[in-house]
Amino acid sequence: MKLTVAGVQKEYADGINVAELVALEKIETPEYVTVSINDEFVENGSFPDTAPHDGDVVEFLYFMGGGHDAY
Amino acid sequence: MLWKPVSQGGTAIVIRLKPCDYQKIIAHAVAAAPNEACGLIAGNANEGIKIVEKVYPLRNMDDSPLHFAIDPREQLSAIKNMRSLGITPLGNFHSHPQTPARPSEEDIRLAFDVNASYLILSLADTEPVLKAFRMEGGAPVAENIEII
Repeated sequence: MKLTVAGVQKEYADGINVAELVALEKIETPEYVTVSINDEFVENGSFPDTAPHDGDVVEFLYFMGGGHDAY
Repeated sequence: MLWKPVSQGGTAIVIRLKPCDYQKIIAHAVAAAPNEACGLIAGNANEGIKIVEKVYPLRNMDDSPLHFAIDPREQLSAIKNMRSLGITPLGNFHSHPQTPARPSEEDIRLAFDVNASYLILSLADTEPVLKAFRMEGGAPVAENIEII
């Protein structure tokens, strides 16, 4: 099936789930990555249970944050 | 969001920022104060020079004077806009309303992308101070900012 992942359309195995896609795409620090499919965000705990479908658009978004203790 | 690598390994990196984009970062930080403000920078990177073509002021989901987290929905919209403009994500910025423009321990811990530039704007003094760093070998390395 064809997916558009991070703006690039590629062929993937049917039934691939989000956790497998994250591994296949060699996403670094996956614990800090949010995944969206067709603009809907996938809950982090459900990556293995969520499978995109042919033609879906998948995005990986790295958590961006920071901060400090009280000054 | 995958950042485009530029020269690493001790090479000085210059970030070129237009005065209007610099003012945009300041305005966003001032409007958000006393909370931290945040956003993305995008443009083109080549041979150790990052030319910022667009600044994206985004929402700090934490609404906090001590922490920031970029809203992923706004982040996604910004990424789509970058693609439509043919520009590349170069890094992010956030403000320190009451502390200097140096990365905190948490800033460093969460700056895990070695290809990104991390800009910090301090509002602690009379005049805003903008500094940039990247991560190299697990430590922050200062980058140069040119406002031209």
